[in-house]
Amino acid sequence: MTDAAGSTGAPGAPVVEMTGISIAFPGVKALDGVDFRLFPGEVHALMGENGAGKSTLIKALTGVYATDSGRIVVGGQERSFAGPAEAQAAGISTVYQEVNLCDNLSVAENVMLGHEVRRAGGIDWRATRAAAREHLRALDVDIHPSSSLSSHSLAVQQLVAISRAMVVDARVLILDEPTSSLDADEVAKLFDVVRTLRARGVAILFVSHFLDQVYAISDRMTVLRNGQLVGEYRTAELDRVELVQKMIGRSLEVLERLEESPKPQIAERRDTTPYLQAIGLGRKGSIEPFDLDVYPGEVVGLAGLLGSGRTELARLLYGADRADTGSLHVDGDVTRLRSPRSALAHGIVYSSESRKTEGIIGDLTVRENIVLGIQAERGWLRRVPQRKADEVVDQYIRALGIRPANPDAVAGNLSGGNQQKVLLARWLATAPKLLLLDEPTRGIDVGAKAEIQRLVAELAEQGMAVVFISAELEEVLRLSHRLAVLRDRRKVAELANTDDVTTDAVVDLIASGGQQ
Amino acid sequence: MATQQILEVEPQAGAGASSLASRWQLDRRYLPVLGTLVVLVLMLVIGGSRYENFLSGRVMANLLINNSFLIVLAVGMTFVILTGGIDLSVGAVVALSTCLSAWMFTRGWSAAIAIPASILVGTLIGYLVGLMVHVFEIQPFIATLAAMFLARGLCYLVAPESIPITDPTIVALSQTRWGTADGLVITPSGVVALVVVAVAFVLLHYTRFGRTVYAIGGNEQSARLMGLPVARTKVLVYVISGTCAGLGGFLFAVFSRSGYSLTGIGMELDAIAAVVIGGTLLTGGSGFVLGSVLGVAVLGLIQTIITFEGTLSSWWTKIVIGALLLVFVVLQRLLVVRRR
Repeated sequence: MTDAAGSTGAPGAPVVEMTGISIAFPGVKALDGVDFRLFPGEVHALMGENGAGKSTLIKALTGVYATDSGRIVVGGQERSFAGPAEAQAAGISTVYQEVNLCDNLSVAENVMLGHEVRRAGGIDWRATRAAAREHLRALDVDIHPSSSLSSHSLAVQQLVAISRAMVVDARVLILDEPTSSLDADEVAKLFDVVRTLRARGVAILFVSHFLDQVYAISDRMTVLRNGQLVGEYRTAELDRVELVQKMIGRSLEVLERLEESPKPQIAERRDTTPYLQAIGLGRKGSIEPFDLDVYPGEVVGLAGLLGSGRTELARLLYGADRADTGSLHVDGDVTRLRSPRSALAHGIVYSSESRKTEGIIGDLTVRENIVLGIQAERGWLRRVPQRKADEVVDQYIRALGIRPANPDAVAGNLSGGNQQKVLLARWLATAPKLLLLDEPTRGIDVGAKAEIQRLVAELAEQGMAVVFISAELEEVLRLSHRLAVLRDRRKVAELANTDDVTTDAVVDLIASGGQQ
Repeated sequence: MATQQILEVEPQAGAGASSLASRWQLDRRYLPVLGTLVVLVLMLVIGGSRYENFLSGRVMANLLINNSFLIVLAVGMTFVILTGGIDLSVGAVVALSTCLSAWMFTRGWSAAIAIPASILVGTLIGYLVGLMVHVFEIQPFIATLAAMFLARGLCYLVAPESIPITDPTIVALSQTRWGTADGLVITPSGVVALVVVAVAFVLLHYTRFGRTVYAIGGNEQSARLMGLPVARTKVLVYVISGTCAGLGGFLFAVFSRSGYSLTGIGMELDAIAAVVIGGTLLTGGSGFVLGSVLGVAVLGLIQTIITFEGTLSSWWTKIVIGALLLVFVVLQRLLVVRRR
């Protein structure tokens, strides 16, 4: 552990000091004697794999979880917050990955909720809106305070959430995965705001999976692994390889092998008919008509920006939305997919990008979540025999390395990466022919990411057809045999992923809309 | 805030396309209420052209007077539905409140005690429901269903048969009419209803409590993470709804001058119908108390038109309400879908 006192931008006494924090959930020891310090005027990155305990530590600090043991000192006083409201009152504000604002209200109302300017007879809306405008302007957010929150992009909503944090004069600002849904410009804008706040002496706790961003913005970092403290470091003194090693606690071999692995060979097609063939398939307001073939044993990558229609395309192939033009051939036969259920009957499964709302059922156990898929296939009248269920569940927990390897753990308590694996296990257990993966690696750590990528490659090798969607072009290029490029809800290009196809080339394609 | 916000945005609308867009967004929140207003005006026009004297002051005044208790119930219900909840107990609480006041009057209690007591019964039941919803996290549907049976059962205990109310205060209240000779009159009940609406409007739009109600309806999880007093607010909306039901019961006692245990069966559904027709989303977070008043007016006008028609069975009221409700729910659904 390095001594951080006196390091860049972090003089004096810490504004937050947590010592010996432990928290246990049923079946999971989430935090085990973790120490953490945060100084005024620094950006401090909290690093670790999924399930390392980052979110738990944040929730312990903000009073969402009660600690089993340990001391939390804020501004020199020992504190124990009963909830986010108390933490906020003590100057600790949090902006979460999923923006936690009310989209039925206006921007100004969201910024000022609970802090509206009052005069005799109630809220002074004119003054309240003026105050909101001031707070937005202080962060250079140029939007109309009276506009509805839902009319703005996620990135702007995030800035609104930060403005809101500043209303309560936060001394500590926690940014939990703020950049996972933002594009490069939006990230730059966010970082400008973060730098402004740092200069004002706000202590910023930053959590992100993007190492580039962590190195771009943070002064110091604390690394966690499996609920335990690995150490506290100055960002400038720890290079990336060391950092990743500390995070995953094992050699980088697996990762490096993946990074260096050649692109998948475009195998000789074993079948002449594609497993799935979309001809002029489209849906008004969702995605323009497109053609797409997916052959068995092939990974088709969908490349495109956020909102370019990637998810919409997948939903049509899965029958979650109904196409209003075109036709779909499955295994050579014309098929109409009226619902996910009929897709399932044809061996097509879809793993959603929003695993919390459209995938994992948090209140059920890992076992129950995995068995759901087979059960759906059998229909609700024919119960899956206990023995078979146990067998399948054990097999996939082992094969996918789901941690904790406890089928009775409640799925909601698992980390993001492990939830994704449970979701994969659910669909793999139904022995699908076509796997639609929508952002399977978003918001999960490098180790788990590598495992999922390896798994996808293996599945394709075994003859499964895969459609792979990811915001990370490198990942799409690494895994796919063929690429379909989307832009503005339209498929603009399709190309074989040969060795000379680079990320830059694909970016150019997206930028030019295929008009080259 | 409803009118104020529109006025405030207007001057800045010239600033460019973005503010134009935001104005359109703002307008959108009022769309369901505007829809209700259009329906109301249409009904007035149709009624006015078909029947003589339909648009007279007397008919309009009666609309307010005859529905004053329903207005009070709908106002309370609006609070609950805005948080995403529901209150099925209000009809039974109305009955309990009327029965209790009738019973107290037969005992010779003075109105100064009987009136507050009959209202506070509603407050108490609302508080219990609020605790059930908040502390034990029981679905509002079930919690208020239990309260409904409880209140209805207590009615029979208090008043097995209809009890006439002869208390001079109540009689005086029921006979007082202020206004001009040509029918444009208002009763104390009508005044109470209007005051309740005004207070509710201020509560919802000019207090932090009101903003928290909207925030909870929009996203309860977010509201909690924003540090808003979610628990207190959720209990309070049921207290408000219960109190409104108690007050509605008192108004109904004035209206009917008797306490009867079978009073107000299905009245909670009328209140919910008025709120929904008034443009409040059942999922919470969107709607206005003035919309609910319009909703009550629409329900009342249907009744009035069918009375004017003369030959129609009064059950047509229910059929028309049912059809209207369906149309409005579908319209709201379309609005929500378009927003996505």
